[in-house]
Amino acid sequence: MSMPSSNETLQFEHFKQRRQSFLSGTFNSRSAQLFLLVLFIVTVSCSLSNLLLAPDNFLYVDTYTITLMGKYLSYALLALSVDVIWGYCGILSLGHGAFFALGGYAMGMYLMRQIGDRGVYGDPLLPDFMVFLDWKELPWFWQGFDFFPFAILMAMVVPGLLAFVFSTLAFRSRVTGVYLSIMTQALTYALLLAFFRNEMGFGGNNGLTDFKEILGFDLQSDAVRVSLFLITALVLALAYLLSHFILESKFGRVIVALRDAEGRARFVGYKTESYKVWLFVYSAVLAGIAGALYVPQVGIINPGEFSPLNSIEVVVWVAVGGRGLLYGAVLGAIIVNYAKTRFTALMPEAWLFMLGALFVGVTIFLPKGVTGLFDGLFKAKKLPKDTTEGEPS
Amino acid sequence: MLLKALSRKVDLQFVFGMLGILLFSVISPSVLAESSYKTPDVNQLASLLSDLPGANFKKSALLIKKAEGFVKGAANPELDEVLSGLFKAYLEGKLYFNKSDKQLLILEEIDGQLSLKDPFNNALSGKANKKQIKKIRVNNRLRKALRKSIARLTLFHPHQEVRLSAVGQLMQKLSDENVSLLREAQESEKSKPVREKIDVALALFALDHAEPAIRKQAVTTLAGNMEPAVKAKLDAMLSVNEQGEYLEPSKAVRMEAQSALASIDLKRSIYGFVETVFFGLSLGSVLLLVAIGLSITFGVMGVINMAHGELIMLGAYTTYVLQSLMPNHIGLAVLLSIPAAFVVSGLVGVGIERGVIQFLKERPLETLLATFGISLILQQTVRTIFSPLNRQVITPEWMSGALQINPVLSLTYNRLYVILFSLIVFTLLLLIMKRTVLGLYVRAVSQNRDMAKAMGIRSEWVDAMTFGLGSGVAGLAGVALSQLTNVGPNLGQAYIIDSFMVVVFGGVGNLWGTLVGGLSLGMANKFLEPATGAVLAKIIVLVALVLFIQKRPSGLFPQKGRSVE
Repeated sequence: MSMPSSNETLQFEHFKQRRQSFLSGTFNSRSAQLFLLVLFIVTVSCSLSNLLLAPDNFLYVDTYTITLMGKYLSYALLALSVDVIWGYCGILSLGHGAFFALGGYAMGMYLMRQIGDRGVYGDPLLPDFMVFLDWKELPWFWQGFDFFPFAILMAMVVPGLLAFVFSTLAFRSRVTGVYLSIMTQALTYALLLAFFRNEMGFGGNNGLTDFKEILGFDLQSDAVRVSLFLITALVLALAYLLSHFILESKFGRVIVALRDAEGRARFVGYKTESYKVWLFVYSAVLAGIAGALYVPQVGIINPGEFSPLNSIEVVVWVAVGGRGLLYGAVLGAIIVNYAKTRFTALMPEAWLFMLGALFVGVTIFLPKGVTGLFDGLFKAKKLPKDTTEGEPS
Repeated sequence: MLLKALSRKVDLQFVFGMLGILLFSVISPSVLAESSYKTPDVNQLASLLSDLPGANFKKSALLIKKAEGFVKGAANPELDEVLSGLFKAYLEGKLYFNKSDKQLLILEEIDGQLSLKDPFNNALSGKANKKQIKKIRVNNRLRKALRKSIARLTLFHPHQEVRLSAVGQLMQKLSDENVSLLREAQESEKSKPVREKIDVALALFALDHAEPAIRKQAVTTLAGNMEPAVKAKLDAMLSVNEQGEYLEPSKAVRMEAQSALASIDLKRSIYGFVETVFFGLSLGSVLLLVAIGLSITFGVMGVINMAHGELIMLGAYTTYVLQSLMPNHIGLAVLLSIPAAFVVSGLVGVGIERGVIQFLKERPLETLLATFGISLILQQTVRTIFSPLNRQVITPEWMSGALQINPVLSLTYNRLYVILFSLIVFTLLLLIMKRTVLGLYVRAVSQNRDMAKAMGIRSEWVDAMTFGLGSGVAGLAGVALSQLTNVGPNLGQAYIIDSFMVVVFGGVGNLWGTLVGGLSLGMANKFLEPATGAVLAKIIVLVALVLFIQKRPSGLFPQKGRSVE
C-alpha cells in the first residue's frame, strides 16, 4: 500500500486543513461554557425549588422529577462516554452498557453492604440472596465493599481494566468496523449470561436491590435525592470539561486524525493502537462512573442492564443528539429518554415502533443528529464570521 | 302433599324405567345383530366365551384357558388383541354382561361418561345403564390366571414388537411365575432380539440364585448389556449393607460383576459420546441454518443485517399461520411453509434492502444501527398482530418420536430432519453460488464491485437479489426452528450474535467456512455443557471466539487474493 510521496504530502495538507476546519467547527469553547451554564441553572433552580418551596407552589419540582432528572443525567454521562469513542474515534461500541452495569454493580455492592442486618433474613454478615442460596461466608470479591472509597474506585477500575484487556487484544490485531461492534456486543452478551447465574454471587436474576442508605444517609429522603442529583450534574460537568480538554489536546487531535484516516495517521508515525486503547479505557471509566451514579437513584441493578439492546439504545441517543459533539450526546440522551418516559406511560406498545423508526430515520435522514439540524441553521447565518474565528492553535 | 310428591317421584322413576326398556329394545336387536362379527374366528371366540356370564369361578378358569388355547391355535393377531383387551378389562373388573341377552360388554369411561363397548369389535353400544348390566365377578385365582394368560398372549404374539415389549414388562417384575413364562417363551422364540432380551431377563433372575456359580455365569451373560435394570442390579450387588457386608457374598461373583459393570460403563460412555455428537450436530446444523443467510449478505455487501434474526422469526410465524389455516393437514402445512417462508422473508429482505440499506452504502456502522431499528419494528409488529405470547407450532406425526437405537441412545426424528434439512439447504446454496448466473454475479460483486460494474453487472440488482436470497434462507431457518423451539417475537434475537460469530469464525464470504464454523461451534457447546452447564458453556465459547477473532481476524478460512482489503 505504498503511495507516491508527492501524493502523500498533498493528502497530508488536505488532512491538516480538514482537521483545522473540524476543530473550529465544533470546538469553540463557547459551546462548553453555554452547556455548563445551562446545566448549572437548571440543576440548581430545580434543587432549590424542591427543597425550599411548598409542594402546592406552581414552581415546585417534586422529588420524583428530581430523581428522574438525575437518572437522565447519568444516562447523559453514559452517552458522553459513547460519543467520545464513537463520535471522535469512529469506534462503534455496542457494549458500553456492560461498563455502565459493572460500575453500577460496584456501587450496588457497596449499598448492599450498607443494609447490614436490616435485610429480610437479618443476617449481620451476608446479603439476603446469599443467605437464600445458603452461602456460609462472604466471597472474596465482596471484600472491601463496605468501604465507600474502595467501591467508587472499583466502579472505575473494573470497567477500565476490562476495557483495557479487551481493547488491547482487539486493537492490536487491528479488529475494526463491524467486527469490533459485534465483538463488543458479544462481550456484553456474555456478561449478561454470566450475571444471570446465581453462582456468580451477584444476586443472579434479581440483581441487587432493596438498598437502605448511602454513607449513613437515608436513600429515600428528599435531601439525599437532591444531593445525588446535584452530584450527578457536577460529575457530568467535570466529565464534560475533562473530555473537552482531552479531545482538544494533542492527544485528541490524533484521535480525530485516526478516525478520519487511520492508515495515514499510522504512517505518519503515531502508534494508533495505544491512542485508541487509552481513549477506550477513558470512555469505559466514564461509563462505569455513570453506572455508579445511576444505581443509588434508581435503587436497583440487575443483569438486564447488560442486555445488548440497552447498549445499542445508548448509541441511538448519541446518534439522535449528534455524534462528534459532546453536548449533542447529552442532549440526545435527555431527549430520547424523556420521550421514552412519556411514551411508555401513554402508549407502551408504540414505544418500540418509535425507537425503531428513530434508528432508521436518524441514520438515513439525520446523520448529524438534532444538533446537526441547528448547526446547519447557524452556519448559514454565521458563515462569514466563522471563517475569521479559526482557532489559533 | 308429601304423598303427591312421592307419587310423582315414583312416576318419574317409572317413566325413566320404561324409557330405558324402550331404548334397550331399540338397541338390543342391533346388538344381537352384531353378534355375528366380521371374521369367523372372532365369532367362534365370542361363542366360546358366551358361557362366561353366570359361570362359577371354576368354570370361568376353564373358559379362560380354553379361550387362550383357541386364540393361540388360530394364529390371528386380531384375535390376540381382542382377547387380551377383554382379559385386561376382566382383570380390572370392567367386564360386564347384559342381563337380557348375556352379551359381554366392557364398561369404559370416555370423556367423563361411562359407556359400554363390545369387546369383540370395539363398537360402542351406548351409554351405560347400570340396571341392565351385571359385572362378571373375579377372584384372586382368576386374576392370577388372567395375568398369566395376558402375558402369554403378548409373549407369543405374532408381532415382534409386541413380544419385545412384553418381555420388557415381565422384566420389571421377575417373579417365579413370570420367569417360568419367559422360559416357556424362550423355547419357541425364533426372533433374535426377542431371544436376547429373554436371555437378559433370565440372567437377571439368575443373579438371585443361591448357587454362586450360576450367579457368576449370569453376570457373564449380562456383561456389556445396556438395559438400565442390569446396571441397577449389578450396582446393587456391589453395594454394602449396614453391617458392612457386601450384598453379594461370593468374592468371585463380585469380581465378575465389577468387570461386567466396567464393560457396561464403557459402552455407556461410548454411546453417551455418540449422543453428544448427535446433539452437537443438531445444534450445529441449526447454527448453520441461521448463519448461512447472514454469511451471504455479509460476504457480498459487507453489511450486517441486525434484522436477520427477525427474518428467521417471520419464517417461524409463517409456519404457524399456515398451520392455523389448514389445521387438518399439519404435516402438509409444514412442507408448504418451506417455500412460503422463503418467499415471505425474502420479500421483506428485499424491502429492507431497497427501503433502507441502499441509502447507506459505504456506511456499514449506520447500516447496523438502521437494521437494528428495523428488527425492533418487526418484533413489535409481530407482537401486535400475534400477541407477545409464544405460539404453538405442532410437530407433524412423521417428525415426532425417536429412533431408538438401544436403551441409552435414541435420536429424535425432528432433530434428524433438521440436520438433513440444513445440509440440503447448504448444498442448494452452494449450487446456486457456483453454478448459476446469479451466483456468478454475486461472486463477482463481492470480489470487486467496481470491476463487476465495469463488466456490465447491475450491482444494485445483485445486491437486492443477494439480500433476498439471504433473507429467504433465514426464513427457512425459521421453519426449522419452529419444530425445535417455541415460536415467539423474541425467537430471532437469541440467534443474531451466535450466527454472526459463526460467520466470522468460518471466514466471511465462505460457505464452507460457515458449515465448519457452525458445526464446530455446535459441537464445542454440547461437549462443554455436561462439564460446565449450558450457560457457562455458552460464555466460554463466546469468550474463546472473541479471543480467536483477535488472533485471526479473518476467520478459519480467510479470503485470499486481491479482493481482500
